[in-house]
Amino acid sequence: MLSVRDLTVSLGPERAPVDIVAGVSFGLARGEILGLVGESGCGKSMTSLAVMGLLPQPGPRVRAGQVLLDGSDVTQLQPWQRVEAGHGRMAMIFQEPMTSLNPVRRIGDQITEAVQVHERLAGAAALARARELLELVRMPDPGMQLSAYPHQLSGGQRQRVMIAIALACRPQVLIADEPTTALDVTIQVQILGLLRELCNRLDMAILFITHDMGVIAQLADRVAVMYAGRIVETAPVGALFEAPRHPYTSGLMDCMPSRNSGARRLPTIAGQPPKPSRVAAGCVFAPRCASVREACRLATPPRAEVAQGHEVLCAFPLNGGGLP
Amino acid sequence: MSRVGATLWLQPFMARPIALAGLGVLLVTVLAAAFAPWLAPFDPYAIDPMIRLTPPNAAHWFGTDQFGRDTLSRVIHSARMALLIGSGVVVFALATGVPIGVLSALFPRLGHLLMRMVDVLMAFPALLLALGLIVILGPSVANAILAIGVGYMTTTTRIVYGLTLRLRAETYVEASRSMGAGTVWLIGKHILPNLVSPLLVQASFVFAFAQLGAASLDFLGLGAPPEIPSWGNMLAESRTFITRAPWLLFFPGMMIVATAFSLNLVGDALRDRLDPRFRQVFGEKG
Amino acid sequence: MSGDVILDIRDLKVSFTARRAGRKRRVQAVDGVSLSLAEGEVLGIVGESGCGKTTVGRSIVGLARPDSGSVAFRGAEMIGAARSSLREMRLNVRMVFQDPYASLNPRRTIGDAVAEAGDINGFFKSRAERSAAIAATLTAVGLDPSFAARFPYELSGGQRQRVGIARAILPTPSIVIADEPVSALDVSVQAQVLNLMMDLREELRLSMLFISHDLAVIGQISSRVAVMYMGRIMEQAPTRTILDHPLHPYTISLMAAVPKPDPSKRILGAIETGEPPSQFNRPAGCVFAPRCPLASNRCRGDVPELRPVGDGRVVACHNI
Repeated sequence: MLSVRDLTVSLGPERAPVDIVAGVSFGLARGEILGLVGESGCGKSMTSLAVMGLLPQPGPRVRAGQVLLDGSDVTQLQPWQRVEAGHGRMAMIFQEPMTSLNPVRRIGDQITEAVQVHERLAGAAALARARELLELVRMPDPGMQLSAYPHQLSGGQRQRVMIAIALACRPQVLIADEPTTALDVTIQVQILGLLRELCNRLDMAILFITHDMGVIAQLADRVAVMYAGRIVETAPVGALFEAPRHPYTSGLMDCMPSRNSGARRLPTIAGQPPKPSRVAAGCVFAPRCASVREACRLATPPRAEVAQGHEVLCAFPLNGGGLP
Repeated sequence: MSRVGATLWLQPFMARPIALAGLGVLLVTVLAAAFAPWLAPFDPYAIDPMIRLTPPNAAHWFGTDQFGRDTLSRVIHSARMALLIGSGVVVFALATGVPIGVLSALFPRLGHLLMRMVDVLMAFPALLLALGLIVILGPSVANAILAIGVGYMTTTTRIVYGLTLRLRAETYVEASRSMGAGTVWLIGKHILPNLVSPLLVQASFVFAFAQLGAASLDFLGLGAPPEIPSWGNMLAESRTFITRAPWLLFFPGMMIVATAFSLNLVGDALRDRLDPRFRQVFGEKG
Repeated sequence: MSGDVILDIRDLKVSFTARRAGRKRRVQAVDGVSLSLAEGEVLGIVGESGCGKTTVGRSIVGLARPDSGSVAFRGAEMIGAARSSLREMRLNVRMVFQDPYASLNPRRTIGDAVAEAGDINGFFKSRAERSAAIAATLTAVGLDPSFAARFPYELSGGQRQRVGIARAILPTPSIVIADEPVSALDVSVQAQVLNLMMDLREELRLSMLFISHDLAVIGQISSRVAVMYMGRIMEQAPTRTILDHPLHPYTISLMAAVPKPDPSKRILGAIETGEPPSQFNRPAGCVFAPRCPLASNRCRGDVPELRPVGDGRVVACHNI
């Protein structure tokens, strides 16, 4: 339904662009949750903003590639044109709901505003729809909360309100950029559960962006691992956690304390991610890779399909079964 | 660091030619003040009744006043008074505002008292406050500096107070406290160094507004003694001749506007330099 | 491994004044916490935001003022002690902060930051000794000594956190209070910094109070864990005991909510944990009662005391 092809987002002058997202491709089907995972600065947020058409201006721009929503390219359209043209609809939620909510307006007004923009409902009908949306996101006591101000809500409740506003346009695709990172684990698990439930109930696709492998394992159907602006591995969640094939994915999993209980020292990945302006020739991960070979430093690695639906951007993928 | 720092300080001026022009005007004013006796073509006090109210000509570029004194020479000499008042007010505002603001922020009880007093002072319009003080103290250059300075002490105190409150809550200040740092250490090593840049901006604005304040006092006859050349005095003396000798108002008036405007431009450029977003654009990274 | 008690916290209570709807209200951040840290031990404090774990750490280093209770370092009381007698204690009990960006002064060099505790307390006898100490400490945290002349903006997050650690170990203290030292870092960098902290603890024979919201990180580094909720300790036990077999209902729900990196063990939809009550509206009895599946009338009225239940474990729950 949503298909991203060779998306490249660049900074800097036209003649010498610095690619912060370099040739990212993925697809998203109805009712599916795709987890986009990576460390800070890997380009995962830029990818999501480019897909939404919300790249900060002036600044990064889409230099190449397509974002196809139901078959038509939306990269060249402005957000309002997307609504008017009746293109398939996308909505987005962010990490910190407080910055996306207007602190001096009631929750109910903010949701009705979104309802009015998208559905041409007015007055009582819009308010009823707002209440319905709050019930949909399982807000405790939705009738009361309509007249509450954002600061009167807890972090988890605010994120529920943001999801309700996002759902006002009846999106086919919901993009969630680290929506639970600022929340406590006991609240996080509720929001994740809500997203899974909404995905199933509304037959909606979710692009879930996070740095947390644990969250990915709990929520996603498929996973795309990003490193230095590229997707280095795509796989169904089960296959990925069972046997990661890219050395970066494998390294990332090894250094999680929760997968390592017992060992005295944590395995680490040497060095640091490259700056987008100084990406090495050949494989981007070669300078940090534990199983690097001479060929990796010379040629860009091929994108290989190692199993059904399991792609790796590596010339010498690990042969699976490398983990307990 | 220092070379990198220097180019970074110049960048906002390079990026905005008008700010560079402002810097140029200020430089000319400073040079005029420094070398006034050599630059001025005539003695600014020399009276010559024969050439009263001559319009600008080859000998007297800016014309002469009602006593036949050369306007250009007087304008050049006036730059000294302008810089004296400006720097005097800046020094006074910083010397009082910084300690009051910093101590008020670090000692909340003292701060409560001092900041309420500052609020009271701020309730008066700056010029009215200055006039009141001059009436009490009597007109003189030093009193003019004091009178104008009090008005800017309050704004400086407010700014310093706000910044220090924020700095006091910074994690690195807490880290320092957790290692046993006393107030003197915190002020010297953490607070003052972080106040320098914003105060530089504040100083440039205070300097600019001090020019206007001084000109106003001079014009009302409450600033520098009338025989001393200053732009405000020149305006005051010549206002009766406005129709017969407009150049007498034009040149000093233009200088007041030019210096105040230039200082504001420079202040704006400095403020841009301090904006963290600006730093990112110009790549203050590794 | 464990020896004499080096840091003893007794019945610590800390409250803050907060404004809500224009009215001033007291918020009880820490409500009667007792902990003791043995020589050479790493004690983890785990809990969610607002549980008071950070305030406990801040009270120890003098950044929060307790209402009552005592904090004793090697038997000497720190709260209310005169500044002169605190000097040695301040050098001996040091803190590593969470945010590697906010915890370094942008206008001071890395060297100045690392040497700050020594400079404040007149520890260095000469400039040469000072720069040698800075170089040695930077090397110890895995940074090149040339970093001493650099400014924080030139460093990455992981490097800054290493500087934050270096600042806490020069001169070498007895105790390091680490307040979420790795939670702002990426996983791969997090592992490097955790390894560094474990190495330093061993080399320098440090005792450590490790504060974190992340059970996995706590499990990796600490030998004993205290679980905090709304200003009180719910359960405290050796790390393996608590991770393998949590007893307190809060510990159980906290551990259940941690997203496990294993897609075959999915928990979503299986847990309903509710939200913690407002800080302004503390429950009368057990603070966890409103969210607890086992809560009885007794739990809503009586505050449960911490009591030993064997295996070196203490639990504050009426139902165990």
